Amino acid sequence: MIAHVQVEGLALMRGERTLLDGFALTLAAGEAVALAGANGTGKTSLLRAIAGLLPPTAGTIAFSDASGGEIPPEDAIARDAHLLGHQDGLKLSHTAGEEALFQARWTGGDAASARAACERLGLGALRGLEVRKLSAGQRRRLALARLLASPRRLWLLDEPLAPLDQGQRTGFGAVMAEHLAAGGLILAAAHDPLPVPARTVEIGG
Amino acid sequence: MSAFALILRREFGLSFAGGGGPALAIGFFLAMAALLPLVVGAEPGRLAAVAPGFAWLVLALASLLSLERMFERDYEDGSLDLLALGPAPLEVIALAKGLAQWLSTTAPLAVFAPLVAIGLGAAPSLAPISIAAGLVGGVSFAFLGGVGAALSLGSRRGGILTALIVLPLFTPPVIFGAGAIDACAAHLDWTTPLLLLAAYSLAALALCPFAMAAAARNALS
Repeated sequence: MIAHVQVEGLALMRGERTLLDGFALTLAAGEAVALAGANGTGKTSLLRAIAGLLPPTAGTIAFSDASGGEIPPEDAIARDAHLLGHQDGLKLSHTAGEEALFQARWTGGDAASARAACERLGLGALRGLEVRKLSAGQRRRLALARLLASPRRLWLLDEPLAPLDQGQRTGFGAVMAEHLAAGGLILAAAHDPLPVPARTVEIGG
Repeated sequence: MSAFALILRREFGLSFAGGGGPALAIGFFLAMAALLPLVVGAEPGRLAAVAPGFAWLVLALASLLSLERMFERDYEDGSLDLLALGPAPLEVIALAKGLAQWLSTTAPLAVFAPLVAIGLGAAPSLAPISIAAGLVGGVSFAFLGGVGAALSLGSRRGGILTALIVLPLFTPPVIFGAGAIDACAAHLDWTTPLLLLAAYSLAALALCPFAMAAAARNALS
């Protein structure tokens, strides 16, 4: 179980452009960090680097458990991290229920937890509907459902609440607060303030 | 359910969504078969002579049709990120995708192709060898096609690029498969070309998942 994420001396390149250089960040259990910065400064790239998708040009990203023992990054990511990017990762031809079920199973949940997650996010009545018929906000909530359906400690979120209305944002704030209280870690790129108390880390500039 | 079974079932199901799956490839096959007499002439003798080879070639081409679905859609809608963070490495995901492509497209075509060939006048006695060659060769069509699809990820007009990458690699299985069918038609030993085809397909099955995974990782970074 991830309890600490330690980023040291991180350098990231996109093409010829250096996005981050010598970037450091620590994230501990129960803590939320909001990544702030103008468009194109590297918030998404940082999240993808921590998720192991974007190899850094320099620096280290280390995961450790509560007793300080190091967790190999591949294990940490494959078992204990959620990444939610700009895109929802949903198949338009599937029903919301099918997608919630697959996403839950793929990340370690089951049918019961997928159903509970949908109910919690107000998607219960939409489970039989094809994803293509859902609105942007409903699709995002469906993507967020996997965070609830399969318990993983580290949440890497990229503009997670952008398409949600105010009521849904507040509602998901409660979900995030519960996750943090249970020892979760949240790292989110966000232009709007997160609905939970969070430390802001400025990127670039 | 194991991660492999989970992803295989999902891929297989998705290949039938939106009018895809074998229906599209079989429709393409039928359209080509209808055009053949217009090109080579309708004399039964001539059609019968080219029918088995023609069916084999169209089988290879038809298997190109649905390659775009193997990686491009997952890449565009963000599912590839989700798959990459799951319990199975991308190599296993690529193996499942290749098998799903074989099951949903090339294997049904392999069974269907001899029917078209017989309709064009080929000897029905060639059907078993055609089906065997199609099923065995289809493995290399599906997996080599997957490598092409993964390599062209993120490029515009990726479909054309995929065809350019894949078609040269299709040459050996096309030669071996046609050789096996020809040999059987001439009552010669057809086991050697079929075994060569099987060897090529097994190599593709063993190596291509690694190439697909490497290409997909590169596209994701």
